Amino acid sequence: MIPAQFDYVAPGSVEEALSALEGAEDAKVIAGGQSLLPVLRMRLNAPTLVVDLGRIDALRGVRDDGDAIVIGAMTTHAEVITDPLVNEHALLLAKAATEVADPQIRHRGTFGGALAHADPAGDVGAPALALGASYTIVGTGGERTVEADDFFEDLFTTAVQEGELLTEVRIPKHTGWGAHYEKFVRVAHQWPIVAVAAAVKVDGGTIAEARVGLTNMGSTPLRARSVESALVGQPATDEAVRAAAASADHDTRPPSDLNGDADYRKHLATVLTRRAVLAAAGA
Amino acid sequence: MTVTEDRPAQKTAEVGRDRRRKEDLRLITGRTKWTDNISLPGMVHVAMVRSFSAHAKILGIETEAAKRSPNVVAVLTGKDLADEQGILINAWPITPDQKAPTHTPIALDRASFAGEIVAVVVARSAAEARDAAELVDVDYEDLPAALDLKEAAEDKVLAHPDLGTNKSAFWQFDSAGAGTGGAVDEAIEQARADGIVIEREYRQQRLIPAFMEPRSVVVDPTGEQITMWSATQIPHILRFALAATTGVPESKIRVVAPDVGGGFGGKLQTTPEEWIAFALARRLGKPVKYTETRSESLIAGHHGRDQWQKLTLAAKKDGTVTGFKVELLADLGSHVSLIGGGIPVLGAFMFNSIYKFPAYQFNCQTVLTNKTWTDAYRGAGRPEATYAIERIMDELAVEVGVDPLEIREKNWIKHDEFPFTTVAGLEYDSGNYEAATARAKEMFGYDELRAEQKQRRDSGDPVQLGIGVSTFTEMCGLAPSRVLGSLDYGAGGWEHASIRMLATGKVEVVTGSSAHGQGHETAWSQIVADRLGVAFEDVEVLHGDTQISHRGLDTYGSRSLTVGGEALVKAADKVIEKAKPIAAHLLEASADDLEFGSGQFTVKGTDKGLAMADVAMAAFAAHNLPDGVEPSIDCDATYDPVNFSFPHGTHLCAVEVDTETGGVLMRKYVAVDDIGTIVNPLIVDGQVHGGLVQGIAQALWEEAVHDEAGTLVSASFVDYLLPTAADTISFETDHTTSPSTTNTLGTKGVGEAGTIASTPAVVNAVVDAVRAFGVTDIQMPCTPERVWKAIHGHGNGGATPTVGDAEPHFDEADVADRSAGAGPGAEGADR
Repeated sequence: MIPAQFDYVAPGSVEEALSALEGAEDAKVIAGGQSLLPVLRMRLNAPTLVVDLGRIDALRGVRDDGDAIVIGAMTTHAEVITDPLVNEHALLLAKAATEVADPQIRHRGTFGGALAHADPAGDVGAPALALGASYTIVGTGGERTVEADDFFEDLFTTAVQEGELLTEVRIPKHTGWGAHYEKFVRVAHQWPIVAVAAAVKVDGGTIAEARVGLTNMGSTPLRARSVESALVGQPATDEAVRAAAASADHDTRPPSDLNGDADYRKHLATVLTRRAVLAAAGA
Repeated sequence: MTVTEDRPAQKTAEVGRDRRRKEDLRLITGRTKWTDNISLPGMVHVAMVRSFSAHAKILGIETEAAKRSPNVVAVLTGKDLADEQGILINAWPITPDQKAPTHTPIALDRASFAGEIVAVVVARSAAEARDAAELVDVDYEDLPAALDLKEAAEDKVLAHPDLGTNKSAFWQFDSAGAGTGGAVDEAIEQARADGIVIEREYRQQRLIPAFMEPRSVVVDPTGEQITMWSATQIPHILRFALAATTGVPESKIRVVAPDVGGGFGGKLQTTPEEWIAFALARRLGKPVKYTETRSESLIAGHHGRDQWQKLTLAAKKDGTVTGFKVELLADLGSHVSLIGGGIPVLGAFMFNSIYKFPAYQFNCQTVLTNKTWTDAYRGAGRPEATYAIERIMDELAVEVGVDPLEIREKNWIKHDEFPFTTVAGLEYDSGNYEAATARAKEMFGYDELRAEQKQRRDSGDPVQLGIGVSTFTEMCGLAPSRVLGSLDYGAGGWEHASIRMLATGKVEVVTGSSAHGQGHETAWSQIVADRLGVAFEDVEVLHGDTQISHRGLDTYGSRSLTVGGEALVKAADKVIEKAKPIAAHLLEASADDLEFGSGQFTVKGTDKGLAMADVAMAAFAAHNLPDGVEPSIDCDATYDPVNFSFPHGTHLCAVEVDTETGGVLMRKYVAVDDIGTIVNPLIVDGQVHGGLVQGIAQALWEEAVHDEAGTLVSASFVDYLLPTAADTISFETDHTTSPSTTNTLGTKGVGEAGTIASTPAVVNAVVDAVRAFGVTDIQMPCTPERVWKAIHGHGNGGATPTVGDAEPHFDEADVADRSAGAGPGAEGADR
C-alpha cells in the first residue's frame, strides 16, 4: 500500500538530526526501516516528518572501549554477525543476529533500530539485556546513559524520549563465555514464538556465571534471574540445567495469540532455556 | 517450393523432453507486463473503501471531505452506481431452491463481511485515491454477525436477515438412490452389530489462495470495444459474465489476461473490483486502474476450504469397508460466489477415492456466514475428500491392527479391474495403485523407517517418528459438458484450439485455456512440434486475449492439458488432413498415396516428399492449388472431453515430532504420481513440488484466523504463514505410467495432484508419531501448540481453537480513527 505523504530529511550528523526532530510535530526516526516502512505502508502511522539516520557515519561500527565494546546504533545485523569484536567479547549478540528474519532484512535492519523499536518478539533485545548493555541516548539537552534494566519500559516503549536518539550501546565484555540463542518458530522467516538467549561461563565443567534473556515472554525482553542464580555452581549437565531451567517461566507474562497461548509459551520457555544453556555451555 | 529428394532424419520426440520454459525469460528478467504495469493516457486510479465491520447496516456515507481532497475525480457509493454496477453471478446453483443473497459489487445498505466494498474513490494517482479513501466517513450500525460455521448452520444469528436462514443448499448423493451401490445406513447398522464403525469429525480450516501477483484490473472504455485487462484465470468466462450482467453486448467487450502471476483458484472468480472498474470506466469515459494491496488480497480475494466433515465408516472385522457416509457443513462466507456453492460438490464423487466401497452417501449443507466468501482453491473439493478418506483409512488400520498400506490394499481397485465404475458412479479409465505404492515404498525405505519408529517408541525418545500414507486419486480435466449440465453448472467444459500455418513455415497456436504460470507456451509447443513435425522454436502459443483467442473456457481444475491439449491435437490433425490434397496436387500423386511423418508428406513407396512448411507457403501464394480448395490450411477444433481425468499416486511422508515442544520436522517425503503420459517432466516436477508445498502448508502452517468481531487477523504474511524453501525439504518424486485411455496423448492432469495428496500424508504422519500417547487426531494446521497439547492431554488437545489475535509487531500508536474509512487496513497489528 502507499504511505500517506510525509516530509523526509537525511541529516549528516546527530546534531542536525536532533534539530530536525526538535521543530517537528509527529516526527519518526528511520534507521534500517524494517519496522517503520511496513507501519507507514499499512498506514498504521502517518508521521509528518521522517528523519533518516542512514547518512550519519558516526553511528556505524563497533569499537573497543576497555572492559566493554561499543556498538553504533546504525550498525546492521549483518555487521554484528561478522564483527570480530562482537564475536570475541559478546558472542551472544552475533548468535542472535543470525536468527533475525532473512538475509535481506539482516543487511538493512540495524542493531540500534531494533532495540529502539522494542518489539518484545524482536531477536536483539533479550541478548542485549542478558549481557547488561547500557545505552547512550542523546537529546538537545545533552547525553545520558540508561542502564540495562531501565531501557525497555513496555511494548514498543523504551527510555528514549521524543526528540531523542539512541546513538550507541555499550556491552560489557563477556570474553570466553559460551553463548546460544534458541529460537522457536513455525516458519523460518517468522518472529519467535519464544526465544531464549543464554551466555554462560564454564570453569572445569561447572557453570561459574550465567546470563539468560527471554524473548516474547512479556511486554519487554526479560531476564530469567532465578534461572541464572540456580545455574551458578551447577555442573553443565542435562539434569542440573533442566532443574534450573524449570523456573524460566517465573514472573513472565507472555502473550496469547494465534501462534500459541500464554501457558504454552511458559512451557516452551523452560524447554528452550534448558536447550540454550546446554548449547551455550557446549554440553 | 522444393520437392525433397532425401528424407530428413527422424526428429527427436518433443513430448517427454524436459524443455526449459519458453515463458521464463521474459518473466524472470522482469520484461513482461503485468496488469499493474499497464499505463494508459488519461488513466485514473481507484481506491476502495471497505467495511471494517463483519455485519453492519450502512446508515450513511459522508463523501464531501474525500471529494475535496486533491485530484479526486469521483467518490461513489453503491447507491450512486446502483443502476450501472451490474451484479456478481453464481454460475453453479447446486439445487433449484438454493438461497443466495444478491451480490452487488458495492454493498448498497448493508455490509456482510469485514472487507466488503462500501464506497470507491477515483483520483489522478493511486496515492491520492488512497489518501481520499481515508476521508470517507461511513456511519455503521453494527448487526450481530454469523461467524462460527456450526452455529451459523443452526441459524442462531443470520448472515442475511432477509433470507430468514443461513442454510443455502442441501445436496446429496446416495449410492442406493443412484443405483451405483447399496444403502449406507444399512451397512452402518450391520457393522454396528458385527463389524467396525469408525466415526470422526474433521476440520478443513479456512485457507487463502495467496497467489504471488495481487489482483489488478485496468479498463479502457475509449475504443469501440471496452477493453478489460485483468489478472484473472478466466478471461473468457469474465467476458461472458460482464456481458450477461451489465447489458453491454459481448461483442463490445474485449478481455485480456496478460501474464498472470499465479491463481491457485483464487483468480477463478468474477470480482467486485472488476465490475467496479468496468462501471467507473464507462461512467467517466476514462481508462481506470485498480490494483489491490496484499492485505486487501488476503481479506477480500476469495478464501478456500472451510468445512466440518462428519464421517462414518463401516467395515467388516477384517477391514473390508462396507459403507461410507459423509455429512459436510461448508462455509460459503457472505455470498454464493461464482462456483462457491459447487466446490464441496466437486468432492462428492471422491470420498470413495481408490476403493471399492459397496455403499456410499454424501450429504452437504452449504452455509452463509459473515466472512469473506469462499470458492475454488487448488484442488477444490477433492483435497477435502482425500483428506477425509485417507485420514479415516488410517484409523481403520489402527482399529484392525494392521499397517495402513495393508488396509488400503485390501480395499483398493486392482490394476486388472480397470476400467472401473465406482460407487459414486464415475468410470476410472486406468490406474495401477499396486505399482505406484510398490515404487513409493522402495524409494521411501518404508520398512527401515518403521523399524526406526519402533526403536524410538521403545526407548522413549523425546523425538518421535511418524509415517503418513496417502494413496490418492482425484477427478480433474474439467469436464464433460453433459456431466456439468446434469449438475446444474452454468457452462460447458469443452476447450478450443486453433492453429495458424504461417507462410514462412512458422506456426501460431491459439488456445482457449489461459495459463497463469503453468507453462502452456512450452508444453503446447512441444505437442504441436511433434504433431506437425515443425521445430519447437517455430511454434508461438497465443492465449488470454478474447480478440485473439475468441473461444475458450480457461484454466482451472487441471484441465488445460487433458482438455485443451486434446483440442490442440485435433486441430493439428485437421491441419494435416487439410494440407494433404494440396501436397498431393503439388507432388502429382493421389492423396490416398500420401503419408505424413516428421513434418513431411511423402508418396508411399517413393522418395518424393514435401515439407509442411512448403504446403503452408503454397497455400499462402495460392498460385497452384487444386480446384475448389481454399487457400488456407489453418484449422481449429473444439473438444468436449468424454470423461474426467483420474491421476493417482502414493505419497509417503515421515516426520519427526519433538514431544517437548510439539514441533514437527519433516524428515522424508516421497511422491510417486501416475499422471499418464508426461509432456514435459520439468514442468511436471514443478507442479508436483509446488503442489506438495501447498498441501503440506494446509497440514502444518496456513490458517485464516478471525477475531470475535469477524475481522481477519491473519491479514498479512506476518500472521498468514506461507512456507518458504527454508521450511520444506527436498522431495523425492517419481512416476508410474498408466496412460489415460480417454485422450490421444494419454495424459492426466497434474496441476492439483500434489496439493490433494500431501495434506493427509502429513497429518497421518504427525498423528502416527504421537499415537502412542493416545492421540487420534490433531486439527489442522498441526501447530506445535496443538501437537504438544494433544500429547500432554490438555483440554481439547489437538483441537485447541486458534487464538484470534495477531502478533503485534508494528506500533500503531497513532492509528487514525478506523471508522474514517480505511476499513480493515490496520491488518496484521490488531492488539
